[in-house]
Amino acid sequence: MSELQQRQIQLEVLRYNPETDTAPRYQTYSVPCLEEWVVLDALNYIKDHLDPTLSYRWSCHMAVCGSCGMMVNGEPKLACKAFIHEYKEGQIKVEPMANFPIERDLVTSVEDFITKLASVKPYLIPKEDKPVSAGEFKQTPAELKKFKQYTLCINCMLCYAACPQYALVPEFLGPAAISMAHRYNQDSRDGGRDQRQEVIASDEGVWECSFVGACSEVCPKHVDPAGALQQIKVASTIDWYKEHLMPWMKK
Amino acid sequence: MEIIKADVAIVGAGGAGLRAAIALAEADPKLRIALISKVYPMRSHTCAAEGGAAGVIKSDDSLDLHFSDTVGGGDWLSDQDAVEYFINEAPKELTQLEHWGCPWSREADGSVAVRPFGGMKIKRTWYAADKSGFHILHTLFQTSLKYPSIQRFDEYYATDLLVEDGRCQGLTALEIRSGEMKQFQAGAVIIAAGGGGKMFPFTTNGNIKTGDGMALAYRAGTPLKDMEFVQYHPTGLPNNGILLTEGCRGEGGVLFNKDGRRYLQDYGMGPETPIGQPVLKTMELGPRDRLSQAFWGEQKKGNTVKTPWGDCVLLDMRHLGEKKIDERLPLVRDLCISYLGMDPVKEPIPIRPVVHYMMGGIHTDVQAATRLPGLFAAGECACVSINGANRLGSNSLTELLVFGRRAALSAIAHLQSNQVPSSDTALAAKAKESQNRIQALFDKSNGTESISGLRQEMMDTMEENVGIYRTGEGLAAACEKIAELRQRYANITLTDKTHVYNTDLMQALELGSMLDCAEAVTVGARDRKESRGAHQRLDFTARDDENLLKHSLAHYHPTEPPRIEYLDVVVTKSKPGVRDYSGAKK
Repeated sequence: MSELQQRQIQLEVLRYNPETDTAPRYQTYSVPCLEEWVVLDALNYIKDHLDPTLSYRWSCHMAVCGSCGMMVNGEPKLACKAFIHEYKEGQIKVEPMANFPIERDLVTSVEDFITKLASVKPYLIPKEDKPVSAGEFKQTPAELKKFKQYTLCINCMLCYAACPQYALVPEFLGPAAISMAHRYNQDSRDGGRDQRQEVIASDEGVWECSFVGACSEVCPKHVDPAGALQQIKVASTIDWYKEHLMPWMKK
Repeated sequence: MEIIKADVAIVGAGGAGLRAAIALAEADPKLRIALISKVYPMRSHTCAAEGGAAGVIKSDDSLDLHFSDTVGGGDWLSDQDAVEYFINEAPKELTQLEHWGCPWSREADGSVAVRPFGGMKIKRTWYAADKSGFHILHTLFQTSLKYPSIQRFDEYYATDLLVEDGRCQGLTALEIRSGEMKQFQAGAVIIAAGGGGKMFPFTTNGNIKTGDGMALAYRAGTPLKDMEFVQYHPTGLPNNGILLTEGCRGEGGVLFNKDGRRYLQDYGMGPETPIGQPVLKTMELGPRDRLSQAFWGEQKKGNTVKTPWGDCVLLDMRHLGEKKIDERLPLVRDLCISYLGMDPVKEPIPIRPVVHYMMGGIHTDVQAATRLPGLFAAGECACVSINGANRLGSNSLTELLVFGRRAALSAIAHLQSNQVPSSDTALAAKAKESQNRIQALFDKSNGTESISGLRQEMMDTMEENVGIYRTGEGLAAACEKIAELRQRYANITLTDKTHVYNTDLMQALELGSMLDCAEAVTVGARDRKESRGAHQRLDFTARDDENLLKHSLAHYHPTEPPRIEYLDVVVTKSKPGVRDYSGAKK
């Protein structure tokens, strides 16, 4: 195995501390990066060796906790999965996630997302009551496959940072929250679709989506929120026809 | 200081904390529950667990077998009454999670699937591909959103427990976003704040695993138990310690040394099993302590592969084929390709043992109660102990659920004892003390020590002296060094003296927690003069049941090393015996 390559990178990092700054500014740090590093490693180098005042969130360093979403050269990325070797230029620009208020430096507010996630009832509303003592609900691998992809969302919110509609209409429920509603709607054990429909088929729900598909492009877990939104639109349209043209039919 | 009143305050919102919160909310919707965590719940490290959760469900399995696997796996240091409770509750908890929507992998007939795991005699590990912890965490978090009585305090860092009249009656916590200190007044407190693997440099643990919950209880005067037992997971990526689940071996992956030899057969885990036909409790399906020790042996013999990241052995999964790897181990494949540039479908993956889990933690009884009335603990930060000297893979996710719920029930029982809270003045005075401690960090301007510098020295010491094999000499040096670092910690300086999202302050407090915990680990290890499970001494190579079938309890002292007390292990039906991982060789 080859020796590890090192390269000096200029990290241009957005800084903002509401206590001391009137406006965001940029600060450049020169970091000796190993090629196998990710941007997060470079930030940790800065924190440990150059500037302890830089603030950002991180934990797992394996793209599963969803803490370290930020803009890397203008693209929404997990800092722990933005590989230095993919940035051939000697300079990388790091900014907080777009479309969210900055708390400080690279830390943005999570509250809006959490509120929206909670609003879609992202939990199983069982079709039938069954005590735990009666054992598990049966679910075939095929039934699992129908929703499995949508369970993979790590709530990193990169899709919101990429979504042009969320940028324009902050009330929009957004890709991750709607995908999570779809995840439960598609679960063979669930009977809660009608309860969720109120929120996700509302003006702030799926109909806000202009189907640009940026959410699916940036998703680090390949959840494909755009696909979920399209499926919901189709299903909601069918609901509308059933309700208005064939009122004798049940949804 | 703002006072927030709750019936139960929970510190930590990972698997155990969320399970406790839900159990409280279900038991009585009128209970006011404060769920406090330094991170948003879905960032908790439960999310990084991959392989699965053990619980007896299939007809070929039995509770007795889960019991004996766990007790033997723990090298007889587990409390057997706790294990008994654990194995009985395990299937109920995993089924409960299924009812809450956890996307467990399935058999063709729609029943929950199980996979083989190290040290388990029967396939009993429920899994959701190789993202089991992630799915458990998100299922619990999302389910918790159903309950309005669970009030979350996300990104609050707990600084001190409020102990008055001999009881725990709340805590103080910093709201990270504002830097303001809050006083939580509560009838009972549950700590579920995870382990402290970050005291080591090479670990699967996330940045947040800094032993804060353990240190919180420890500093409040309740002991830490069995801290010397630190688990190395045998298969970590060599460059950054990312975990490759035991499921890799459960599904049939094998380990080779540089000569292509299945070396585990040379460490009492043979005979060699045919590739593609794993045998339970044999070879690659031995327990983690034994596998990590075998790596150390290969390293001494010069049988390891040299890589830019140090000595490695090879984990070969190629024979599983792309389809099975993508179905059962998709995350593992993604992690290998992304972080190492190697595809397990096409080539063997270099791996080495990596610090993964702390068997020790806050001493609790089988009811999850600590010695401090009003204080309960569950999950990795606690030591019940079901894991003894070595935890079996897939017991810890189940433990979060079983003892998270248990802690909630015990907290309710404590509330029902209707003890009168201490006076507001007395509690406020305690809270003020905590605030002053933090303020002192801001006020001090002449500190000479850097936070990252001390942290590096601590990690180097732990890696050098408190690893897979330990010596009396090395441990004595480690004890001395950690004691020195604790003293020097009094001289740290904050560079950042602002209040909003001050991660310099967070790192200072986390370093304090880690140093306290590290001292309990090193002193416990120095004083345990035997080899048992994950604690292996080159100068005391045998297990000593006559003198040390005992838990160690470390008692905190602000400036001196901890005092160690010993407590008998609870043995009910399994007398200490020989750990046998030699499969069919009888």
